[in-house]
Amino acid sequence: MEPTASPPDAAGPPPGATRSTVTLHVNGVPHRLTLDHRTTALDALRVHLGLTGTKKGCDHGQCGACTVLVDGWRANSCLLLAVALDGSALTTVEGLADADGLHPLQHAFMERDAFQCGYCTPGQLCSAAGMLQEAADGHPSHVTPDTVTPGAPVELTADEIRERMSGNLCRCGAYPRIVEAIGDATAHPAAPPVPHTVHGIGAVSVNGGGRTAS
Amino acid sequence: MSHDPQPVPPEAPRHPLGAPTARREGRAKVTGAARYAAEHAPPHRVHAWPVPATVARGRITSVDTTDALALPGVHAVLTHENAPRLEPPEDPAVAVLQGPAVPHRGWYVALAVADTLESARAAAEAVRLTYAAEEHDVTLTPDHPGLYLPKEVNGGYPGTRERGDFDAAYAGALVTVDATYTLTALHNHPMEPHAATAWWDGGHLTVHDSTQGSTKARDDLAALFGLDRRDVTVVSEHVGGGFGSKGTLRPQAVLAAMAARVTGRPVTLALPRREMPAVVGHRAPTVQRVRLGAGADGVLTALAHEVVTHTSTVKEFVEQAAVPARVMYTSPHSRTVHRVVALDVPSPSWMRAPGEAPGMYALESAMDELAVLLDLDPVELRLRNEPATEPDTGRPFSSRGLTRALREGADRFGWRPRDPRPGVRRDGDLLLGTGVAAATYPVLIFPSSAEAHAAPDGGFRVRINATDIGTGARTVLGQIAAEALGVPEERVRVEIGRSDLPDAFLAGGSSGTASWGWAVHKACRALREDLSNRQHPLPREGLAVAADTREEIAAGSPYARHAFGAHFAEVQVDTVTGEVRVRRMLGMFAAGRILNPRTARSQFIGGMAMGIGMALTEHSTMDPVVGGFTERDLASYHVPVCADVHTIEAHWLDEGDPHLNPMGSKGIGEIGIVGAAAAVGNAVHHALGVRLRTLPLTPDAVLPHLP
Repeated sequence: MEPTASPPDAAGPPPGATRSTVTLHVNGVPHRLTLDHRTTALDALRVHLGLTGTKKGCDHGQCGACTVLVDGWRANSCLLLAVALDGSALTTVEGLADADGLHPLQHAFMERDAFQCGYCTPGQLCSAAGMLQEAADGHPSHVTPDTVTPGAPVELTADEIRERMSGNLCRCGAYPRIVEAIGDATAHPAAPPVPHTVHGIGAVSVNGGGRTAS
Repeated sequence: MSHDPQPVPPEAPRHPLGAPTARREGRAKVTGAARYAAEHAPPHRVHAWPVPATVARGRITSVDTTDALALPGVHAVLTHENAPRLEPPEDPAVAVLQGPAVPHRGWYVALAVADTLESARAAAEAVRLTYAAEEHDVTLTPDHPGLYLPKEVNGGYPGTRERGDFDAAYAGALVTVDATYTLTALHNHPMEPHAATAWWDGGHLTVHDSTQGSTKARDDLAALFGLDRRDVTVVSEHVGGGFGSKGTLRPQAVLAAMAARVTGRPVTLALPRREMPAVVGHRAPTVQRVRLGAGADGVLTALAHEVVTHTSTVKEFVEQAAVPARVMYTSPHSRTVHRVVALDVPSPSWMRAPGEAPGMYALESAMDELAVLLDLDPVELRLRNEPATEPDTGRPFSSRGLTRALREGADRFGWRPRDPRPGVRRDGDLLLGTGVAAATYPVLIFPSSAEAHAAPDGGFRVRINATDIGTGARTVLGQIAAEALGVPEERVRVEIGRSDLPDAFLAGGSSGTASWGWAVHKACRALREDLSNRQHPLPREGLAVAADTREEIAAGSPYARHAFGAHFAEVQVDTVTGEVRVRRMLGMFAAGRILNPRTARSQFIGGMAMGIGMALTEHSTMDPVVGGFTERDLASYHVPVCADVHTIEAHWLDEGDPHLNPMGSKGIGEIGIVGAAAAVGNAVHHALGVRLRTLPLTPDAVLPHLP
């Protein structure tokens, strides 16, 4: 049988030249951690906090599997050093839902069979949650017509969703279902935006761009 | 209904098979609760980081781990000088750290183990190795002097087949096509990197491994470490995709087990993405010459498909790209040949539809070229070449739905009316075109065993070491069990993904549902029979029945058994940028009975999406100087993104075939990619008027040919 999970890693030397103590507010819970300066936000979540819902696909900011919300903005957590996030609020897939239910996106992904192996799914969900808020806040994408009113909420057509979700790879090819699921969730009256507060943008890599065929 | 002596009702309340049942593990996957191999953290777990070789061929001449071991938190550095000795493996690609020889760049030569990921990585970078490099040869050419004729190719097929007199028939043909198609190496790149968490408990080894088959992984690990298979447990509850690359034991499991033995601690090793192309297999590059000879009516009189490919010096793996030409079309005079050369390259292996995917790209492109030459509709050309029996063997087909798939697919797609002229449809700066290609994939079934259990409370449990790599295996096995037992699915629990469950074949060759499902069906039918004959209440521990399918599968079949399909694609070619985009795609499949339309549709569409990648974006270069793959990460190796995949529809025929298995199913995991790239390429020809015979069709390849 598998031994039971270990407590959060407290090993290692005290804060100093190579380690610092930071507070990360993860899914509404403050965690005071003394971390190696090299530790990414992704590894802080997965290894130190045992929140393995956030996935490591490439560790290079190229696949989006590690997408979380940092102060409401979607970010590749593998590209963020945890030590630079002191005081930040992180939302992971484990924190998308209320205690007793599923986020409308989670529900829609299940309804639409918008995943197969499931490894990119937490990143897709967090990315979608952040993306819905970006569109509601009037952030344009590469495919937003230049006729729309600046700052007005952007209507999430299938093209908009595809473009805005192109930072999250899915090798199982669930994209058509993902687009449908997100479309369903946008139509859901109770789709709650994840609250975000303005944070030091310089520390946050916003995962809003889209890489396309060429 | 506790202690009901007959918990099985006489009539099934409904039919679970064919229902669009939602994935059983869906909630676990959307909430992040599903744990993959690297996500198991036993107490005192440490982390490992591998060191890849930096020469393409040679020997390690010195090892210096002093600096690495001096770093804080480092437990061990394993190299060929101190790693545990392994028994000689069946697959030499997993004989890691056993000697100083380096067979290719990226071959693992050391492993650092430390308290934290950061320390392990730093230690790996601090290992000092020197090499005696030897001249390497990594370049595949169609006239390479090292090319030879392999006896067998992947799948156990003969390397060469000849029927009739191809040369004479081809020389005498009224119309001929002679075209050569070139495909680069391709990489599986499942989203979950290959990972393992291993520990030893006394003499017992447990490994959480991202593998497509933990029965085989267990057996292979036991053989490597000289253990009885009862002393090894491999768990693969959730696997983040594999597409063939996790079908065989891979270095992460072996290295993690070694490191755990040396350190006495549980060890997690997740392979860095950039190192994967060198150590988890790839689709071998191919140069494929297809020659078709036909009469004025388009009926083939001669067909040759000759494939040149590479393997490594580690082992022989031959991509069986000429094999589908033995199945597809009437061809009284036929030659199908593979030639392979062993280069100083990483070992190729399975990638979704090995053989069929690259082979059908070439064959179906050549058929399109023949249709253009004859000014014949490409759907019609294929209909005229339907064979009465399997051309290579003369065996009757158990079912062959290609004709219907082509016809019904064409209708649904809106194929007709179609102006056959290439290069004439414009939408502003865009040129538009449509293309079609056929698909085929063999029906493979392997022996498996299963156990079905009835509890006194009316619940059932099915146990089988199937693996769910994203196919929905748990779900469809629950449906099969419920149907066989005649009970609602909700009453059937399914246990899969551990090697201490009844042995089963791996998730590969589109064989899973047929192989596992047959064993589950057999066990459940036997249990149902026992229950219906039962006079007394079930004992407290319930009643279990085991079954295996060795006999049934050994009996074989007198039929040629294949799934078929047809792809239709509409593309646009940007005449300014050279960018090709797929506007819409439709697949029509004939794959026996579809057991779960929801998960089946996802698999078909997923295969087609990967086919778009094969056609338009995925490309890997073997650098002749450096001696390794150039595109080693997901920024340079372009798997399709959401914006690349617009409208894809997958449909299927209601195909009844009594010669398959008790469920009547054919495999569906791979046929979606077969022919998809050819349909896109043929559509590009129709749009552009230029035949491009090298994939992928990236803008730089298209630009020189723009009008």
